[in-house]
Amino acid sequence: MSERARHLYVHLPFCAHRCGYCDFVTLVGRRDQHAAYVEAVLAELALELPLLAPEVETVFLGGGTPTFTEPDALAELLVSLPLAEEVTVEANPETVTPALAVLLREHGVNRVSLGAQSFRPHLLAVLERVAQPDTVRRAFYHLRDAGFDNISLDLIYGIPGQSTPDLEADLDCALALGPEHLSCYELEAKPGTRFTHTHGAELARQADAMESYFELVVERLTGAQYRWYETANFCRTGTSADGRDLRSRHNLAYWRGRDYLGVGIGAVSTIEGRRWRNAPRLAAYTAALARNERPPREHEPLPIDVRQRERVMLGLRLDEPLELAGLADAIDEEALARLTALGLADVMPAPAGPPRVALTPRGRLLGGGVTAELLV
Amino acid sequence: MPQDRIRNFSIIAHIDHGKSTLADRILELTHAVSQREMREQVLDTMDLERERGITIKAQAVRVEWKGYQLNLIDTPGHVDFTYEVSRSLQACEGALLVVDAAQGTQAQTLANAYLAIENDLEIVPVVNKIDLPQADPEAAAAELADLIGDTPEHVLRISAKTGAGVEEVLDAIIERVPPPAGDPDAPARALIFDSSYDQYRGVVAFVRVVDGAFSTREPLRAMAQGTRFEAEELGFFSPTMRSSDSLAAGEVGYVITGLKDVSKLRVGDTLTSERRPAAAPLPGYKDVKPMVFAGLFPTDSDDYPELRDALERLKLNDAALFYEPETSQALGFGFRCGFLGLLHMEIVRERLEREFDLDLLVTAPNVAYRVKPPNGEWREVHTPSDLPEEVEEVEEPYIKASIIVPKEFVGTVMELNNDRRGRFDQLEYLSEERVHLTYELPLAEIVLDYYDQLKSRTRGYASFDYDLIGFRPGKLVRVDILVGGEPVDALSLVIHRDFAYDRGRALVERLQKEIPRQMFDVPIQAAIGSRVIARETVKAKRKDVLAKCYGGDITRKRKLLERQKAGKKRMKRVGMVEVPQEAFLAVLNLDGERK
Repeated sequence: MSERARHLYVHLPFCAHRCGYCDFVTLVGRRDQHAAYVEAVLAELALELPLLAPEVETVFLGGGTPTFTEPDALAELLVSLPLAEEVTVEANPETVTPALAVLLREHGVNRVSLGAQSFRPHLLAVLERVAQPDTVRRAFYHLRDAGFDNISLDLIYGIPGQSTPDLEADLDCALALGPEHLSCYELEAKPGTRFTHTHGAELARQADAMESYFELVVERLTGAQYRWYETANFCRTGTSADGRDLRSRHNLAYWRGRDYLGVGIGAVSTIEGRRWRNAPRLAAYTAALARNERPPREHEPLPIDVRQRERVMLGLRLDEPLELAGLADAIDEEALARLTALGLADVMPAPAGPPRVALTPRGRLLGGGVTAELLV
Repeated sequence: MPQDRIRNFSIIAHIDHGKSTLADRILELTHAVSQREMREQVLDTMDLERERGITIKAQAVRVEWKGYQLNLIDTPGHVDFTYEVSRSLQACEGALLVVDAAQGTQAQTLANAYLAIENDLEIVPVVNKIDLPQADPEAAAAELADLIGDTPEHVLRISAKTGAGVEEVLDAIIERVPPPAGDPDAPARALIFDSSYDQYRGVVAFVRVVDGAFSTREPLRAMAQGTRFEAEELGFFSPTMRSSDSLAAGEVGYVITGLKDVSKLRVGDTLTSERRPAAAPLPGYKDVKPMVFAGLFPTDSDDYPELRDALERLKLNDAALFYEPETSQALGFGFRCGFLGLLHMEIVRERLEREFDLDLLVTAPNVAYRVKPPNGEWREVHTPSDLPEEVEEVEEPYIKASIIVPKEFVGTVMELNNDRRGRFDQLEYLSEERVHLTYELPLAEIVLDYYDQLKSRTRGYASFDYDLIGFRPGKLVRVDILVGGEPVDALSLVIHRDFAYDRGRALVERLQKEIPRQMFDVPIQAAIGSRVIARETVKAKRKDVLAKCYGGDITRKRKLLERQKAGKKRMKRVGMVEVPQEAFLAVLNLDGERK
């Protein structure tokens, strides 16, 4: 029996503009190459089809800006992908026209992740975002009008120039739209980038404020009936969710250590203890697939101890308890006892079966340190 | 060689005054070393010696000059090795006293000159570096002549660097230094003035034969210790080892003993022949006692066995090094080591790190204390945390410090000494410009940063030397540091009651900066007994997460976490608190902040 992947990631690297803080695999413009790229992606998918389960649970189109892709090419891609219960597309607000919203909806997309980042014009400018606050709102309602009932907004905090009132205003603006899901990330400025160079001193100030920002985000969103189900992710719950589980099923698969297939340049796959990453070079990618060969890849073996450590690292990001079955070798029992005594972790004896561990809310705020401590 | 054709001499000088360069020139002139083999500081074989420009182990080289056998006995130039210096001087009849023409007499020059005079050596005064543009040979010669009670005309002026005047130095040795005056027919006696360890041949003793003669394969005995062995090989250095059948009265050379335990043969002891033993040993043997102590711990506790082996091996060549196992709650297993002084400590640490590739954590040094608990016996304490809370009396070692400075710095030096509990002893003008100050100070006051302070306050002009003068009572208390409520033994210190509060305060503030925020509040306290004298808190961290983590990013995030984990492993755990290694050195760097 071989477990085949039930989760598919498709990378669409094209963007209208590369934002200064971005570290994803992106390519600016190249409209004439979109169709060829989609063809190559479908060729890679065809090659790897045996790795996918007959019934795929989730498909996620990430980027780049997937919605910047030429509409014909995007439509071609969407009709060719396997059917799945959750199909998510990432979108930048300025690309979401009523027509695009309809196109997505008609081609089976049932969830959109909208990269709002902020509602403050001066902060959007620092991030080099094209959208204005109203662009974000308009995009949101175009999606609603097209029938989307599962929309996620991305917010970034710790932006150079940001103040606590700025962040409060961003959270209020986001909540006012009533999205089903919110992702709130701390800005990660990579050392050596143009962005870090430009904003050095201000980034240091923001780093000091980051503690209270994170607390503010968690307090404000959980206060608004959102479930803090992952370190940086929130979803409507209870009555406001109409009984639906609005967590991102695709991302949950990562955090639960499920296998996934990734296609497109820079995409990562993890299947049966092997991980590989496609080289992030467009020309080499399309050329290889034109010959019906696999694209250049970087392979990473995942020995059992590494897989166990990843399970702990990822699992502890969630609010659901992590089953310790099979993870005993990765966890330092003494550290677990210490963390429990400090009120950072809870060990829950399961009624039947092995115990489970979950972090307390304070433990989750310190999740990185707690995990580092807990791992052998 | 008849004794009247032998001259034994050493070179004494302040650091950097050109001792090793002069030795190099002498070897060149006498063809002991060919031009091809010539490199700087031929006699200093250890890397460390070459780098620091100092000599750690004494060596003896035999050269020929105009039909005479000259034995150059090289000596260490630093105060920590006074004992070795005095042994080396005892093996000679004369000494070249070398002074830098630009810098003049320095504290070490004085200390070593007095040692030479005490040993009845004929002193040949030499002013070196006359080629330097800023040289003032006349002033230096006048000062030097005054110091040893000679006339300035008698002072040789040379440049060891260019070789100018070096031949005259060799001639002066023959003319002025008396030949050895031992009895060639008496029972054999030789002074062991140094030793080294060869892993194949065992202990090698460097000896000066005083009476009689020794020959290969002869059964020998070290008179003070009673150790018996057979001379496997005799010989001399020129400058590499050359074996010879015998060593006769007046000669200097080596004896390969085959002994595998260096402690069986002590520097200062007298060798004699078992067949016809001497009645009494040569005078002057004494046990050297370490006065400065520090804990040495491997950064990685897995390296403990390597550290033990390394200390064992260092000890083979360094009889003055003392060590015993020590267990610290905070730092784990390590060794409490005793040193002759600060330079000795630094050299041992550097050798351990370089030659044995060990990563070490060295605690703040402290001195030896003598304590008398109520109704108890006097005993010696080498670790601050071992000082009992209740004591009837405590004594600490004192030194006599000798400082030479230009007169404008006298005030600042006096101020420094007063701050350090110093007692003024004497002030004397060496010349119109330069003053020789002597003070009595507790050794504890100089082990941390005294020398650096002295140097910076006198813009580098002061030179300093000291002699131990014994134990004296002091109003000393033990200050403990508690981190997260747990006492940290490695941070305890013994200090004069009057300084305890300020030092405790400074240490706690410093630790608050050094200890990173943890997942909970960490109180840091300084206490005398159960009385807390200072307190700070390291506030708990409120956030520590990796911003986001999705499928494409898992490997990188895992590596970040593994790095964080590795960082934690380098910390030492005190109770629940992770303390970085640097925090244990906080005590060392406090004084820069002290007014």
